[in-house]
Amino acid sequence: MKSIIKITLVLGIIVSLSSCKDNASPNYQYMPNMYESVAYETYSESNAFNSPYGLKGQEGQLPAKGSIKRGYVPYEYADTPESFAAVKAANLASPLDPAKIDMKKAEELYVIYCAICHGNAGDGKGKLVTQGKFLGVPSYADRVLNEGSVNHVINYGLNSMGSYATQLNQEERWMVSAYVMKLKSEL
Amino acid sequence: MKKVGNHSSISRIYSFGLALMLTISLSSFAQEPAAPAATATPAAAPAAAAPAATAGGDAVKGKELFNANCAACHNLDRKMTGPALRGVAAKYDMPWLYKWINNSSALIKSGDAKAVKIYEEYNKSVMTAFPQLSTTDIDNIIAYTSEPKAEPVVSAAPPGTSTSVNEGISNNVILGALALVMLMLVVMLFLVNNVLTKIAKSNGIEASAKQPTMPIWKAFAKNQFLVLVSAIFLLLASGYFVYGFLMQVGVDQDYAPVQPIHYSHRIHAGSNGIDCKYCHSSARVSKHAGIPSLNVCMNCHKNIAEVSDTTATEEYSKAFYDKEIQKLYKAVGWDQSTQKYTGKTEPVKWVRIHNLPDFAYFNHSQHVTVAGIECQKCHGEVQTYEIQKQFAPLTMGWCIDCHRKTDVKMEGNAYYDKIHKELSKKYGVDKLTAAQMGGLECGKCHY
Repeated sequence: MKSIIKITLVLGIIVSLSSCKDNASPNYQYMPNMYESVAYETYSESNAFNSPYGLKGQEGQLPAKGSIKRGYVPYEYADTPESFAAVKAANLASPLDPAKIDMKKAEELYVIYCAICHGNAGDGKGKLVTQGKFLGVPSYADRVLNEGSVNHVINYGLNSMGSYATQLNQEERWMVSAYVMKLKSEL
Repeated sequence: MKKVGNHSSISRIYSFGLALMLTISLSSFAQEPAAPAATATPAAAPAAAAPAATAGGDAVKGKELFNANCAACHNLDRKMTGPALRGVAAKYDMPWLYKWINNSSALIKSGDAKAVKIYEEYNKSVMTAFPQLSTTDIDNIIAYTSEPKAEPVVSAAPPGTSTSVNEGISNNVILGALALVMLMLVVMLFLVNNVLTKIAKSNGIEASAKQPTMPIWKAFAKNQFLVLVSAIFLLLASGYFVYGFLMQVGVDQDYAPVQPIHYSHRIHAGSNGIDCKYCHSSARVSKHAGIPSLNVCMNCHKNIAEVSDTTATEEYSKAFYDKEIQKLYKAVGWDQSTQKYTGKTEPVKWVRIHNLPDFAYFNHSQHVTVAGIECQKCHGEVQTYEIQKQFAPLTMGWCIDCHRKTDVKMEGNAYYDKIHKELSKKYGVDKLTAAQMGGLECGKCHY
């Protein structure tokens, strides 16, 4: 009878030890300060940010109002239907030299950011569309486009399409616009 | 003690409980819509028949046209950029609709009261003119929009879900049955033993009385050689386990925390085939791969408020996923009924999974853009992960191992021309590994 108690005791200890591992919580660390540093890290919560003008308590802050990125070129058209019509009418020229645009990189960017809806050929048959998850994507052939208007739409979005200004920088936007016009000409 | 990669029994119990709860909740859902569906269909049928008859279009062709031309801004039952279109024929007469669809801005300019009203209502956003749609095309589309709403067929799904959940547990059931059999065997052994001793007693056979012998522990302690050997063995064994434990401290392989929003890479990267860099766009250009800000989610989810029927799995129902999308809307402050941002936002506190210590430097753009390494090499088959986890151990040995084995992609990169010429001469090889390029130097990652 005593041996039974002993065996259950040992088994109990083993079970309780082995059940400690839980994938939903992080492991022990030797030097936690090196992993969760006192200084703020990308996306971390931090009390260092408590200005009444910014986002409180988080490292990810918006740039101060009116500040611009190095190399930024002002874009004078606002996100309104009127200015979209104006852009279309003005037929804005790309600041990039068409001969020097790296079309291979433009294609890469197009495939990452646009092809999922607009399709690799620009025919409006991307994977989301053919699966019936995102409908009503037009073919570039059916729309009146010019490089300036494509750039404007990438900038601000249109109807169901969102803005891609966070994912593509100004130069990349013009590159993709050039690639879209190339696709349209081939459709 | 913590061991990596060992799934605990407790978590299994939780998941089993969750699965059980889901089955119960699913079957209770199944009963509710079934009753109204039966009553609703006959009521809706005559109402729908009337406009369909007047329009006289082909609803099947109309659906095709609708999906190709209208669905970007219109849904049948939900307000999007434009109004919901089911039963639009009842609100406007056909000649007006022809004019509006062919060129809405001209109609607005002409001062048509209805046109101006709807233009004002939807933030003065101009509907694209569709001069290419003929009146028959428009008739077809209107016929499609006049179709009664199809009630979702729910009855078929829940039985399927419940049976497959059962299949999932069957392993546990088998294990339980085995344990039961073992227990019965033990009990039977005791009983047989009892019976045998009783028989022996009744037959007058006495089990020989036990000689008082030396307890085994004392005998063991007396044998010095045995003590020495077992001491060495114990030391080595405990050394092995202590080493194993110490080596896995700080290694978070398989770490899969519960995130504030149940985001499934399986759906987004797997079945939808969205490129990793669509959301993690800064992996191309910066040190961090970046957690996408919520506007990136809204690029698609402004339009996709519900998952499609094909998305749900046995484990996670459509209702579950739809609730997660609502969490996104709440965080980003998107009001679905008005299709506008309310401005009331709240941060989503994602739990960080991959975390390198501060003394190690790692740059995503270097690996993704310059080296052209697939994300999956370090992050595993993320497109199959329902819950994101850490795939690689992220230890130094793991980094070094890859640097030793991987050839640097030099083609078409003028930056490498000179160094490649010199180093390939030095090592007498054509292809250089990252290690030969200096990928093992301490200062490359620790400085």
